[in-house]
Amino acid sequence: MNSTESSRLKDKAFRYIGMGTTIACVLILAIFIGFILYQGINRLGWDFLMALPSRFADQSGIYTAWIGTLWVLGLTTLISFPLGVGAGIYLEEYGKDTWLNSFLEINIANLAGVPSVIYGLLGLEAFVRIMKMGNSILAGSLTLALLILPIIIVSTRESIRAVPSSIRDASNALGATKWQTIWNQILPASFGGILTGVILALSRAVGETAPLIVVGALAYVPFAPQGPLDEFTVLPIQIFNWVTRPQHEFVINAAAAIIVLLVITFAMNGIAVYLRNRWQSKMNW
Amino acid sequence: MKVKEKIIEKILAACALITVLTTVGIILILTIEAVSFFQEVSIIEFLTSTEWTPLFTQKSYGILPLLAGTALTTMIAIAVALPIGLIIAVYLNEYARESVRKVLKPLLEILAVVPTVVYGFFALMIVTPFLKTFIPGLSGFNALSPGIVMGIMIIPFVSSLSEDALSSVPDSLRQASFGMGSTKFQTAFRVMVPAASSGIIVSAILAISRAVGETMIVAIAAGHQPRFTLDPTVPIETITAYIVQISMGDVPHGSTAYQTIFAAGITLFVFTFILNNISYWIKSRYQQKYE
Repeated sequence: MNSTESSRLKDKAFRYIGMGTTIACVLILAIFIGFILYQGINRLGWDFLMALPSRFADQSGIYTAWIGTLWVLGLTTLISFPLGVGAGIYLEEYGKDTWLNSFLEINIANLAGVPSVIYGLLGLEAFVRIMKMGNSILAGSLTLALLILPIIIVSTRESIRAVPSSIRDASNALGATKWQTIWNQILPASFGGILTGVILALSRAVGETAPLIVVGALAYVPFAPQGPLDEFTVLPIQIFNWVTRPQHEFVINAAAAIIVLLVITFAMNGIAVYLRNRWQSKMNW
Repeated sequence: MKVKEKIIEKILAACALITVLTTVGIILILTIEAVSFFQEVSIIEFLTSTEWTPLFTQKSYGILPLLAGTALTTMIAIAVALPIGLIIAVYLNEYARESVRKVLKPLLEILAVVPTVVYGFFALMIVTPFLKTFIPGLSGFNALSPGIVMGIMIIPFVSSLSEDALSSVPDSLRQASFGMGSTKFQTAFRVMVPAASSGIIVSAILAISRAVGETMIVAIAAGHQPRFTLDPTVPIETITAYIVQISMGDVPHGSTAYQTIFAAGITLFVFTFILNNISYWIKSRYQQKYE
């Protein structure tokens, strides 16, 4: 075999290795999800969704957990959306090329790489202890809002950058002020992209467990929270609690709760992908 | 009108400054608690002792077992994610047809959106029992299984960053290589990968940083036994898992045991901070090269 033949062979071999590796990863994911469905699907039902937690696995449900998740998600959105979009607009439209802007940029890149459990320590001291919010939904939401802020800022900037400058110039030429241009032209044009980024960030927040454990979300909450200052639990923490118990019945509960969590996560990501495609095809500048 | 514009600008700037406050807050809080921790515990003991037993009566505060646990799971994760991620990136970028790519890429990205607590479940319930069938000495809690699962989790992370790096290499290089009669394989590994090496290194460093900070997989599947070892078959504990473990218990606020999570936290922060900055630095240099 000469060297040309052997390199052809290598080339062919790698094509199959590459395809095999990629498909193997997808298969592993399929096995994981199949296992979860096999374990948990029978446990899933109206009772499971509406039952309070109990020390008996077969009576225990995820009512408080998903109500808590909804609360945290709602509050986190309210806090992070205006802050993130505001910061994104500022960085993209105001004070460009200043030292402050480049400092902010490096800082945001760094924050995006800070482990989530560290945000938990920040939340524990800043919100739970110093601001005396206790182990409340509000403290948890503030922590998660800070955690996802870098993602929202970056995606806001990217969507704003995609708006062609002719739109900006046209608005300015008609005598609009900077803010009028942003509010009436740039934001409507980039809203699809911004919304996509926010939904992706929130889908990450839904699955976060570690920072909320550190902030003091409880594993066992016997009543559904009524307000933002109540103690709470969320789905991932309920899952964590069940996974770490030795009895098999709790593992089945965990699998059932994971199905609910995955449905929420995948649905949010699906909506984001749908919005992105729609928005991209609509905006043909 | 002028005044309103100014006020709006200030409000928007305030939003951006929240991010600075976050960083300052993190550093300040970790430092203050760590300083008061180091008034109780000597920094020499912290850095050199191989025992981490803050909750025992016989207290010892050596971070090395937690560091060893973190290093071990990270190494396993990277050993899984880096080669596989790179193979996938090369395959999707150089070999796969557009239609295949369009199907496989989003499927792979699902790996990155699965919550980590779910991966912990996979590690404990599927991967550990599976590994036990051919590693009989494997403990129910170990570093191997969460390491592998963590590696699977960060594959899309490595592959998409490496793919970005590969696709930003000018096509003229690829064409020149084909023009010399090279196969795709030779072009990919002798021209494209070296040309994209800085971007690939960035993806590797960010993946390491991710693995160092990953919490729930190790908190569920690695056990909670700080141990100064690099043996992947026994229970260990990582820095992140320790922080979670203490947060779940009822350690009184202000005690030395409470402060240990901040001392552990600042160690974790310093490591990931250094890694992130190295990658940021390489990235900014590398982008200059191609623009």
